[in-house]
Amino acid sequence: MGHRDGYTAFVSSGVGKKISTTLGLPQPVALRRHVPGRPLVDGPLLVGGHGTMPALAALRATLDEAGAVVVDEVPEEGRLGGVVVDVSSATAPTDLEALRATLAPALKRLGRCARVVIVGADPASATTAAQRATHRALEGITRSVAKELRAGATANLVLLTPGSEGAALGTVLFLLSARSAYVDGQVFRTGVATSQEPADAATPLAGKVAVVTGAARGIGADIARTLARDGATVVCVDMPSAGASLAKVANSIGGSALQADVTSPDAGARIMNHARTRHGGLDIVVHNAGITRDKLLANTDSERWGSVLAVNLTSILAMNEHFLAKDGLRDGGHLVLVSSIAGIAGNRGQANYAASKAGVIGLVDAYAADKGLRRRGITANAVAPGFIETEMTARIPFATRELGRRLNSLAQGGLPIDVAETIAHFASDAQSGVNGNVVRVCGQSLLGA
Amino acid sequence: MTHPRRAAVLGGNRTPFARQFGAYAEAANQDMLTAAIEGLVARHGLAGERLGEVVAGAVIKHSRDFNLTREAVLGSSLSPTTPAYDITQACGTGLEAAILVANKIALGQIESGIAGGADSASDAPVVVTESLRRKLLRLNRAKTSAERVKAALAFRPTDVGVSVPANTEPRTGLSMGDHMALTAAQWGITREAQDELALASHVNLAAAYERGFFDDLITPYLGLTVDQNLRPGSTLDKLGSLRPVFGKGEGATMTAGNSTPLTDGASAVLLGSQEWADAHGLTPLAWFVDGETAAVDYVGGDEGLLMAPSYAVPRLLARQGLRLQDFDFYEIHEAFAATVLSTLAAWEDDDFCRDRLGLDAPLGAIDRSRLNVAGSSLAAGHPFAATGGRIVATLAKLLHEKGSGSRGLISICAAGGQGVVAILEAA
Repeated sequence: MGHRDGYTAFVSSGVGKKISTTLGLPQPVALRRHVPGRPLVDGPLLVGGHGTMPALAALRATLDEAGAVVVDEVPEEGRLGGVVVDVSSATAPTDLEALRATLAPALKRLGRCARVVIVGADPASATTAAQRATHRALEGITRSVAKELRAGATANLVLLTPGSEGAALGTVLFLLSARSAYVDGQVFRTGVATSQEPADAATPLAGKVAVVTGAARGIGADIARTLARDGATVVCVDMPSAGASLAKVANSIGGSALQADVTSPDAGARIMNHARTRHGGLDIVVHNAGITRDKLLANTDSERWGSVLAVNLTSILAMNEHFLAKDGLRDGGHLVLVSSIAGIAGNRGQANYAASKAGVIGLVDAYAADKGLRRRGITANAVAPGFIETEMTARIPFATRELGRRLNSLAQGGLPIDVAETIAHFASDAQSGVNGNVVRVCGQSLLGA
Repeated sequence: MTHPRRAAVLGGNRTPFARQFGAYAEAANQDMLTAAIEGLVARHGLAGERLGEVVAGAVIKHSRDFNLTREAVLGSSLSPTTPAYDITQACGTGLEAAILVANKIALGQIESGIAGGADSASDAPVVVTESLRRKLLRLNRAKTSAERVKAALAFRPTDVGVSVPANTEPRTGLSMGDHMALTAAQWGITREAQDELALASHVNLAAAYERGFFDDLITPYLGLTVDQNLRPGSTLDKLGSLRPVFGKGEGATMTAGNSTPLTDGASAVLLGSQEWADAHGLTPLAWFVDGETAAVDYVGGDEGLLMAPSYAVPRLLARQGLRLQDFDFYEIHEAFAATVLSTLAAWEDDDFCRDRLGLDAPLGAIDRSRLNVAGSSLAAGHPFAATGGRIVATLAKLLHEKGSGSRGLISICAAGGQGVVAILEAA
């Protein structure tokens, strides 16, 4: 995946840094991304918070295992790799002082691409108005801190529901890790987990069978590669016309290629049959296939309107009839849908696309609330990519593209791998308690924030 | 010796076929064969697998391609420990490769294999004139300066030139089309009948694409997603307006529309034992029942160059105890429309069946609605060694769709007066 962002490379050079500082230009840094074997965070991890800090109790042991150096105070010297503040036991706004007291001195000492993770309680599960207000306040704090951070650092919020402390661990670890490089200013809601932790943390998807639609190129290809890296056997699906690159992707990860138009009436049955006969079943479905047919709504004909909705939304409904049937996804399976920032914020010239991508969020809401799926332990989550460096965004006119790239807290576009990492996270059994989330992978884009 | 077991056709893959000097003008046989294998590997999830063997070939071959198939395997995602070898039997190469792989599987010598072929009519080897070649070799052998000068002085302007390989029979000097024209005239094959067969090929191929039949049989290559030769809008009027290119005078009936064009492409078919298929989660589409090869004396005898399948099929039928009518599908390679029609005419002819085949009664007519139902070479094109793989994969899928017990016959004519035929049965 070539990073085509020349500006970020420029400001990383000595001269570039001087010029951009003098002119007050954005100063994006090369983000830390996942490399197997590298430490979880670069530098000691400060932990603190309010009261009993229930999430931290479980977290400490895991962090020790991960080899992280955990500290209770900002050290005299050196830079912090990150901060985890657990205020999930807070009951009143005054309790938030504990958060400030932990975080404020740490912010000045954060290292490059450091992580701030705030742990609160889901306001929906609050029992008093004060408690609800307190935990809703965390969103405001997280989003503001994320905007204040520099040098590739991110801030995100994890919300617990009663009994989800264990399940939230995986989310906190993900947000601390380099896998969440472009996830910034986001809120993750966690529920009670139903599955066990994977045997091997390096291959959390070992033994799983995954289907990725639109896998021939761009974000889809990286999703397939990332799921395979994490241990899954991947069925790569794309249009017959994209078969050449689809075969390359499938062969590079030891998966299989299935040429199918997702809008064809037999697509769901063919994919399900392929997964069942070839690989013995199906555990993960990533609905990534999507198209754009941009025009102002006034100039959008029914073909442009219909084709985008057919590929991006209706096909998911039709295929899920097979994937969610009794002999479809195995119990404890995971659906991950690819939405878009346009589905949240809307976008000029993309009413059709925004309709489909907002519709995807509606689907996740519906699946997450489906009692039958809950009984089977099947989760449904969505990622909403912001500006990602792909062939598609490379075709956007220069000025528009630069705006898209810079108008976010990390002052750069994300990479397909960033979207893929969040999807792989949602696809893991360790995340069986994470359901109905729509997480933006957008570097905290100002659009729709 | 263990009892022979059945070999299954498990799937296939080919590149779309390109017209000569078209989309694959710059592609070599090895590139195309590798692409066909890569698509097959991806479709069946075989990356890193060691197969029993890969057998393929090319009819028009560069000297550098002495180990074409092994080189293609090394360039593919298959395990580099997969053995491979080349074969050539003109246009019968691909089907003969499938027979060889199927036989080894049947004998228990291997569990799995790929049979394939590639041919480029664009990236053809260019050879210098024979006199220049001899003089160059002599110059190369020269040891002393005097010898070198002497050898160099022997060059003449007339030596300069290249001889491009032509589609002609070395022993008769006639092109394949001219040979076919003689046979067509002998059997009284009309222009109209040929054009109708050609049109059916285009109509059937287009319809097969339309219903997604090729979604799991073809992987696009170099930007081409559909056979370049396919004319979905072709009509009898358009075909009828073409002027003859083979044969002479008033009686000439063979045109560019009812003869296959020169094409580039590659194909590959995956075969395996039932056990191997089960272990890999693959569904046998068809059993490779039997194959037969025949040759005719088109030089000194009076048989047509492309008539050998007419002899191979009755021998195969006799061995299998089947009648010509016992098939649900007939895949008769359309080298020329006249080839198919002459072959069918011969099987219906009392004299031919009695005198040449030694049969008591003619084989009889076939149900033409079962002939080349997903199109054949007239529409798809005919990269020589790739045609066998195209047909085996297509027929195996047709049989799988049709269901258990259905049967199909393949007939492919080849240069040198040869013919390769085979029977598949739905698994």
